[in-house]
Amino acid sequence: MNDTPENNVPTDRVGTDAVGTKSVATDSVGMDSGGRDDALLERLAPATDVAGLHRLLELRAEQDGLLDVSYRTVDSPVGALLLATTPVGLVRVAFDREGFDAVLEALATRLGPRVLRAPAKLDEAARQLEEYFAGTRTAFDLPLDRALSTGFRGQVHVYLPQISYGHTASYGEVAAAVGSPRAVRAVGSACATNPLPVVVPCHRVLRSDGSLGGYLGGAQAKNALLALEHAA
Amino acid sequence: MSMQQPFEHTVTEHGPTVLRVVRAVLGPGPDADDAWSETFLAALRAWPDLPADTNVQAWLVRVAHRKAIDVTRGARRRAQPTDILPERPATTGLPETSAPDLWAAVAALPERQRLSLAYHYLGGLRHTETAELIGGSPEAVRRAAADGIRALRRTYTPEGAPR
Repeated sequence: MNDTPENNVPTDRVGTDAVGTKSVATDSVGMDSGGRDDALLERLAPATDVAGLHRLLELRAEQDGLLDVSYRTVDSPVGALLLATTPVGLVRVAFDREGFDAVLEALATRLGPRVLRAPAKLDEAARQLEEYFAGTRTAFDLPLDRALSTGFRGQVHVYLPQISYGHTASYGEVAAAVGSPRAVRAVGSACATNPLPVVVPCHRVLRSDGSLGGYLGGAQAKNALLALEHAA
Repeated sequence: MSMQQPFEHTVTEHGPTVLRVVRAVLGPGPDADDAWSETFLAALRAWPDLPADTNVQAWLVRVAHRKAIDVTRGARRRAQPTDILPERPATTGLPETSAPDLWAAVAALPERQRLSLAYHYLGGLRHTETAELIGGSPEAVRRAAADGIRALRRTYTPEGAPR
């Protein structure tokens, strides 16, 4: 990195004014050429051209079994959702407010950095969610990867789908159901860290006084899901 | 410490740069598309073992250089009369739709100018790094890149820009 000035090259991509490098801007042409070179070089690869190649990369990465995590986003009545899957199954559903970049970085750290936007692998999950939000599906039938649910929290997450559509349970009832009736607060934190919200229905768990309790997607989202299920 | 960033960021951030490089080296078209795909597949394989402080763009451009050579060799092998073209999904826009005159001007450059321009201006490698890839001295590479860009400016002016 301690080259002569002529050898210094922008680390940015083409398109910043740094591209008018000294070797050109001061050469014998002697005109202010930086901006024109930018336009010149920018036209050599419009950003949209990469979309088709990305789809091909998804296919081949999939065929070669190279992906730790595939993801896509879907729109929903509770905002954009990020869906992520491993080769085992759906591993993460995230709300917009969690920050998709942060979620993806956490997935890369936990599950491996071969993380690629590859929507096709999540078509079935997206379809079932769409049906759920349309009110025509009351249970999910998807392979799940429970890698992010460990220990007591994992026990709670496995139990939650037994609270059926349109019904609710209290944190205390869930604690009793998983065999630790005194672990009410631990059930609360298990729900707060559910890696598969909506699909694993932590929104059906309320405080014993009937008030809402917290929710990863926000109180509004929890209300919306309960209203959808006519449970509130 | 090895790489922990989601690979997708790399494709988004450096995909267009790598495409420019392989198009300048191979000409826009199926060979460049193949080199791009092979570059990112190889990168995906190597990704978890890459040191976290790697200059990812420079690393990708070096991989692209090797893949471009592989594609060129493969293309020679494929140029047999009995060969059958593999089926492939439609990928990039055809070069005709994006600055065809400019690509013609790039293709018309002498090889060393074209490669120096590809790896330095489009790929962001330093002249010393480019020289390691394509041979010759860094100074010769610098001159070739400058000559190349000057020739492009002479033969191609973007719409609306004063000539």
